[in-house]
Amino acid sequence: MSASRLRWAIPAAVIPVLVLLAYGFKTDPREVPSPLLGRPAAAFSLTTFAGTPLSLEGLRGKVVMLNFWASWCIPACYEEAPALERTWQAYKDKGVTVVGVNIQDKEAAAREFLSRFEHSFPNAPDPRGRVAVDYGVYGVPETFFIDSRGRVRFKHVGALTDNIARRHLDALLKEPS
Amino acid sequence: MIPELGYGATVAAFVLALWGAVAAAMSARTGRAALLRSGERAAVGAWALITACIALMLYAFLTFDFSVHYVAINTNRGTPFYYRITALWGALEGSIILWSWMLSIYTLIVVIQYRRRQAELYPWVLSVMLGILAFFLLVMTIPAPPFERLTPIPADGRGLNPLLQDSGMITHPIALYLGFTGFTVPFAFAIAALIVGRTGEEWITITRRWTIIAWYFLALGLLIGGWWSYHVLGWGGYWAWDPVENAAFMPFLTATAFLHSVMVQERRRMLKLWNLSLIILTFGLTIFGTFLTRSGIIGSVHSFTQGSIGVFFLAFLALVLLGSFSLLASRVERLRAEGVLDSVVSRESAFLLNNLFLVAAAFTVFFGTVFPLISEAVRGVKISVGAPFFNLVNIPVFLALLFLMGVGPLIAWRRASAENLKRNFLKPVLAGIITGIIAQATLRLFGMGNVLVVTVMALVVFVAGTIALDYFRAVRARRRSGDGWLAATWNLLLRQNRRYGGFIVHLGILVIALGVAGSQAWSVQKEVTLDKGQSTELAGYQVRFDGLSASEESNHGKVTGAFTVTNGRAGTHMLYPAKKFYPQEQTPIAAVDYRLGFFEDIYLVLGDFASDGSHATVKLQVNRMVSWLWLGGVVLTLGAALAILPDARRPA
Repeated sequence: MSASRLRWAIPAAVIPVLVLLAYGFKTDPREVPSPLLGRPAAAFSLTTFAGTPLSLEGLRGKVVMLNFWASWCIPACYEEAPALERTWQAYKDKGVTVVGVNIQDKEAAAREFLSRFEHSFPNAPDPRGRVAVDYGVYGVPETFFIDSRGRVRFKHVGALTDNIARRHLDALLKEPS
Repeated sequence: MIPELGYGATVAAFVLALWGAVAAAMSARTGRAALLRSGERAAVGAWALITACIALMLYAFLTFDFSVHYVAINTNRGTPFYYRITALWGALEGSIILWSWMLSIYTLIVVIQYRRRQAELYPWVLSVMLGILAFFLLVMTIPAPPFERLTPIPADGRGLNPLLQDSGMITHPIALYLGFTGFTVPFAFAIAALIVGRTGEEWITITRRWTIIAWYFLALGLLIGGWWSYHVLGWGGYWAWDPVENAAFMPFLTATAFLHSVMVQERRRMLKLWNLSLIILTFGLTIFGTFLTRSGIIGSVHSFTQGSIGVFFLAFLALVLLGSFSLLASRVERLRAEGVLDSVVSRESAFLLNNLFLVAAAFTVFFGTVFPLISEAVRGVKISVGAPFFNLVNIPVFLALLFLMGVGPLIAWRRASAENLKRNFLKPVLAGIITGIIAQATLRLFGMGNVLVVTVMALVVFVAGTIALDYFRAVRARRRSGDGWLAATWNLLLRQNRRYGGFIVHLGILVIALGVAGSQAWSVQKEVTLDKGQSTELAGYQVRFDGLSASEESNHGKVTGAFTVTNGRAGTHMLYPAKKFYPQEQTPIAAVDYRLGFFEDIYLVLGDFASDGSHATVKLQVNRMVSWLWLGGVVLTLGAALAILPDARRPA
């Protein structure tokens, strides 16, 4: 092949590589499928910061939004905190419970976090990290949506927004229990 | 106030850099000197403003200004002083400031060095460099603003990634980025030469030293990265073919290829197109590396978080590659070789082969790195490519490169005669073969025989033999004119610094090659659970578990194990591997303890333990010849420094 014919092959060769890299944006490295989806949610019983017992067993029949958080988790836990309380206010009379599980934290810092965002839904520390391990939590925040029959149905990694919470809760509430 | 000032400075610097790029290009077309001076002032202004950004960010870190998002996620009140400074480049946004700052410094040096010379190329060089700087400042302005505010303001920050709280992290990014940004200079000269149409040897002579400087910093960055990996990550290794490591390794390979093929162009006026392509490729790979580590498209242990930043980098990468290669294509006619390849047995062809292997290595690394993407695109399956693939493909390539390292510098240009081959290679080849045979027999005796190590040893002796032969002949020639051995050596190093600097770099790489082969083949490890007072044995070391102690550091809790290590040869000493518990980390971080030695290191990692201290699990490793990597790095450094020195034979 002559040089003049060959010349445009050089820049043209770059294009497939660029296309491949552009394709990379379509993939979501944060989308990590949970093997728990569709399985019965692991039972737990904890004592809330307020001192009352809290168990998943006692919430059977309700849709549960289970949120794992920590006070040192900046900024995601801070971003989602107001949305959690708003969701709780909007759904607490519709058969939904929001449950916060505080992991790998110091108690004073966790209590400060709760009072700062005026969280009124049940929140409990997970002192030995058992619940976090059962749910395969690998980073905070993570939120699990559990249907009224006690099965894990959705998992959200990263800060939760009102919209995401509403979408999953509405879907679960529509189902016949 | 700080965030607003910082953001203002960023925007102003962006505007200046953009204006400077345009002004310099306009002056290149019109020849108006005033425009060029304006572009130079813009370069100085951009540098001053980026320096101000760094100062403001440091101030925010030192005063715990958690209203700045970047400060809040990368520091907390317990963070020790030094890490409050290094946190500046510990994550995405800050590292872009550092990058821009170094690029602005390189730009200033170019202005100072070349504004009275290179009248034809210089305006375009300035334009290209400021254009690239403008891109990085744009990234700081839109997709990754380092001075973004955080509301509500948290009482305390999250803290720096504990793995980055290490001395290696102070130096590793600086060296690496000086390497990455350094390749902008030869790239800018290459583009300027293409635009002007002066595609001869000129840009190469100017930029060769710049390429060695950038290459050297990149090599240093890779080595410090290996050291960090070895003594912080706690797995006893120094290289894992992680995408981020690969990102830094690819431009290193192509730049190494360029440094060799450039000699062919200087001497024989061949490979012009190839050399330009290599420089464009090297620069493109530095941008690709930055893209890879910041776009989140490929998972990696140390990639930064994602965002729209990836799109910016990809667009820029497309612009750089398509723009430069199109420019190159339009100049193909001018890039014809004046010399021809006379014989396969010649230095030209040795260098060509070396280039082929280096580029092939870079390509396999690239292929392995992006393969997960290809797999997902084609089969919809996420897979990861691990070390076995890279090792399998690259080991033969690296062995071939070692061999060529011996052949290239001594074989004759154009066509090597049988006499030339015999004179230069007979003794080194024999030395290599004899070494191989003796090494294999001796190692067999100790049950440590290993084909790969023996091959490397034979090759190392062969290459070292050629270097020694060349050195002795040169010194002998000088001694005839009355110099002593020492004076002859000294003169040789100074008068022919490029050649002998190169040889010393080669010696450094030989030492590193022995370190890699030896450590891969001969390191041993085991994991045991020991009761308090109990001992275990590994490769001649008795290790006794003496107990645990807990302590509270400024930003983490720590459990330290005490182990007494006894060895017949080296006596008795204590090692204290620990586990650090950072509140922001799910899993504890291992703090390894080790004792480095010339031939072997003893290396302890604390695993699980009973909270009452009655027993603990420990991973023992006896890592052989790892120190040779660091030693080779020092030798390589000396050689590169010598090669960078101004050539005494010609006027600078």
